[in-house]
Amino acid sequence: MASLRPGTFTNHDASLRARSHFAADAIVLVAVAVIFWLLIQLSHGISEPFNRVSAPSTVSTDPANLPYYAARSLLRMFAALAVSTIFTFIYATAAARLRRAEKILLPLLDVLQSVPILGFLSITLSIWLTLFPGTELGVECASVFAIFTSQAWNMTFAFYQSLITQPRDLDEAARLLRLTKWQRFWQLDVPNGMIPLIWNGMMSFGGGWFFLIASEVISVNNHVYALPGIGAYVAAASRQQEIGRLLLAILVMIVMVVGVNFVFWRPLTAWAERFRTGDTEAVEQQHSVVLDLVRRSVVPAMVARVLRPVGAGLDWATRPLGRADRPLRVNQARRRAGDIAFLVIVLALIALGLARMLGYISDHTGLAQFGVAAGLGLITFARVVVLLIVSTAIWVPIGVWIGLSPKVTRFAQPIVQVLASFPANFLFPFITMALIATGISLNIGGIFLMALGAQWYILFNVIAGASAIPNDLREAATNLRLNRRQKWRYLYGPAIFASWVTGGITAAGGAWNASIVAEVVSYGDTTLTASGLGAYIAQSTAEGDFAKTLVGVTVMSIFVVGLNRFFWRRLYSYAERRFSLT
Amino acid sequence: MTATVATTRTALIEAEHISKSFPSADGSTLHVLDDVSVTLHEGEVVALLGKSGSGKSTLLRTFAGLIAPTTGEVRYRGKVLNGANPGAAMVFQSFALMPWLTVQDNVELGLRAAGVPEQERHRRALEAIDQIGLDGFETAYPRELSGGMRQRVGFARALVLQPDVLMMDEPFSALDVLTSENLRNELISLWSTPGFPTKCICIVTHNIEEAVLLADRVLVLGSNPGHIMAEVPILLPRPRDRRSPTFETAVDRLYAILTGRDEKSAAARAAAPGPLTHPLPDASVGGLAGLVEIVYAHGGQADLPDLADELSFEVDDLLPLVDAARMLGLLEVEGAQAFLTDVGRAWYTADIQRSKEMFATLAVEHAPLVKTIVKALENSEDGALRDDFFRDLLRRGYNAEDTEKQLDIAIDWGRYGELFDYDANPGELVLSEVAASLIPTLMDGDAES
Repeated sequence: MASLRPGTFTNHDASLRARSHFAADAIVLVAVAVIFWLLIQLSHGISEPFNRVSAPSTVSTDPANLPYYAARSLLRMFAALAVSTIFTFIYATAAARLRRAEKILLPLLDVLQSVPILGFLSITLSIWLTLFPGTELGVECASVFAIFTSQAWNMTFAFYQSLITQPRDLDEAARLLRLTKWQRFWQLDVPNGMIPLIWNGMMSFGGGWFFLIASEVISVNNHVYALPGIGAYVAAASRQQEIGRLLLAILVMIVMVVGVNFVFWRPLTAWAERFRTGDTEAVEQQHSVVLDLVRRSVVPAMVARVLRPVGAGLDWATRPLGRADRPLRVNQARRRAGDIAFLVIVLALIALGLARMLGYISDHTGLAQFGVAAGLGLITFARVVVLLIVSTAIWVPIGVWIGLSPKVTRFAQPIVQVLASFPANFLFPFITMALIATGISLNIGGIFLMALGAQWYILFNVIAGASAIPNDLREAATNLRLNRRQKWRYLYGPAIFASWVTGGITAAGGAWNASIVAEVVSYGDTTLTASGLGAYIAQSTAEGDFAKTLVGVTVMSIFVVGLNRFFWRRLYSYAERRFSLT
Repeated sequence: MTATVATTRTALIEAEHISKSFPSADGSTLHVLDDVSVTLHEGEVVALLGKSGSGKSTLLRTFAGLIAPTTGEVRYRGKVLNGANPGAAMVFQSFALMPWLTVQDNVELGLRAAGVPEQERHRRALEAIDQIGLDGFETAYPRELSGGMRQRVGFARALVLQPDVLMMDEPFSALDVLTSENLRNELISLWSTPGFPTKCICIVTHNIEEAVLLADRVLVLGSNPGHIMAEVPILLPRPRDRRSPTFETAVDRLYAILTGRDEKSAAARAAAPGPLTHPLPDASVGGLAGLVEIVYAHGGQADLPDLADELSFEVDDLLPLVDAARMLGLLEVEGAQAFLTDVGRAWYTADIQRSKEMFATLAVEHAPLVKTIVKALENSEDGALRDDFFRDLLRRGYNAEDTEKQLDIAIDWGRYGELFDYDANPGELVLSEVAASLIPTLMDGDAES
């Protein structure tokens, strides 16, 4: 053995890490203390006594309150993120590991991903109010739940994907090493899924702002509940026509989006690089000042030392759950019988539920409403189509231009990222104002409102697609003296097609969702209404007509799921098959 | 350790009448292993040698309790396995290290799973790291290490558990020649150390020399479906010398077995050659031409082990080419010697157009899948068929991956011979005019079957 022993290895990085800086320690400790203090302050507000009737329907627009509101909103976002993460771990693991559960959980996830969340807000609010009577916690939970529903599905799907595409050799190693279920989860499953989980978390978090703004003022059953938060602030300022304060809120919002990115997501994505499997390198190395600061301080090591016994205890306590292995021999007959029983029960429950639901709807509004909603759905569908065409015409050339130049990409990418996660409904009051001033119908203007948020997905993806075009292909195109039209026809078009489809799916989904808040808008005392499925859902929610809301949401889900199935997915697999660059 | 008398040897792993099949896409079954019985004893190193697709890795995984055999059973120390084998540790071709754990944490992982207290865990891990020559690398992450060092971590992780059986799935094939030679030697010296806790080593390999270097016993696996073709004891004293005549004899013998006629394979059993019983060897036309050129340059006769050595090829690289050349009648093989046939000579010396025509004729005559495709296209309305048609056909005998592979090879050969063309976008095969001129040959083929 001693024949060929490797030389001594000095890890420069590690020695640097060991030498911690006093300044770094101080900053990190102060930051932790401040976060704790803020949490205590904010939780004070949440547990305030609450009365269903006298609950505030608006908030003060005094700018002095804005930091507090912003903090409350931020807390909601992070609460939702925490819940989403836990949900992701449980749901995705169940879907990936339990054979029978997978049959239900996966299609369910697929549908939940495309369901218009905003339509459910009113339904869930009543549940939460019953669960937490007497405190503001109920409304708070409804808002957090709305954000959660916008974040969770993407994260869950990403984690599920990482679970089922786990490298086979790592799975085999884990089983042969006889890891317990708990150990396998933390040593293999979570680290292996960390990168997709964090990136999807970041994307979903960006999307979540939209729902935060929409869910802080909930109007249900002819009563309006307002939570202290930046979304409620904007709603109040819009009603009181205070343009200056609206602009101020937008500024605060931008600061929040950029700030969260800087102190939370950027360090997290940089940290997650250690979970990259194999020899694959990130296209672009992630760097974060905050992460470097934390790494220089002793705080992580201290926290690790405190937590180690806890980890060891959990490791020991979860041993009875068993090893992460599956039995080699199964009783096929018994399994088949179990499958059949399971299937029968599930189908029976679904049939029963469907019958009950249809009964409820026919009792309260009549089944004819499905026809009405479907007709309105076609109108909204037309808006989505126009939106996609116009956004494509505008953003594809711009996106390709940005993506082809690394210099412009570096500069533009972060801006587009902020734009994509900036909640478009913040800008609604201004557009509404313009519509009222010019007299343009919301039937047309609604398209623009829906596009405010949705268009960025197309731009974002096209930039990514264009920047992935190999340089030699571009050089070849130049060398062959292709003219501009030929370049688009033979290089850019095919190369970005798959990215455009990805952007299109997301943009269309976002637009459907946005239609619920974009087809009924108001500024001051003027309310504009467009005809469409979104307006149908919004109005029936405000009137407390649960049956009609249900009809509207169901029809919209059918539209979205159906379009995904029959249009987008086929287009995507065609793009993958035909225009893949690899 | 190897000198233990046969009668007192304890059986560690017994596999009895194992077969493994997977359901294929259209409901029929794919047979990977067929009635294999193996016993691994204390004190021996056993090599499972075979071409790719012989099911040798699958066999190893049934020993490890990672895969359930469809019929038959695997016992470890007399107990039937129903889960990962508690007495086995595995070293993987791809190393299979957790990239997010340091070297030490990776080595400790199995001990942690066994619930070994922290202090002892550290001590044993450091011992294993030291033993395998990794000291100084404890805090490094796998990505910072070279392939050879990563595989050392793989060995340390397996050996720290002091397993009864050390299983290795092509552990050196991802490493360069020098590194793998070095690691092999260290493995042998560990094995010869008195008091080495591991009692048996089972290694899967497609490298004949590696098998002869390491094993006391080589089990040669044949393909389609996997079965044991021969059992060859290697009685050479260790350390073994590659240049000794006895070593070369053993290598030549294994070559002869691997390239020889396999009586038990489906190919030999089938009455007429068909695309399902006679898979096309994974060889490109360019590779075939290269092989024929080399044999021609050697005066029409070449020793295969020498040839492999000369080209620094391994069996997996060379044998498909040899098989393809034999299938088309370009080469003949006797033992470990390859001879150029008259057809092969004529093909090599012909000009490009003529050689393409010859290749077309040979492919239609001897390559069953090419023949099937040409025939089907000939019988179709407009001389064109969807590739899915052939895919469905192949799926009855191959898994998804092999189906694609077979189709790709057939398309490569057919395109080169200008028998048919393939349009990837609608996925359509179209008969070309050359094939039409070969219709008489096809008629003969019809008469045969």
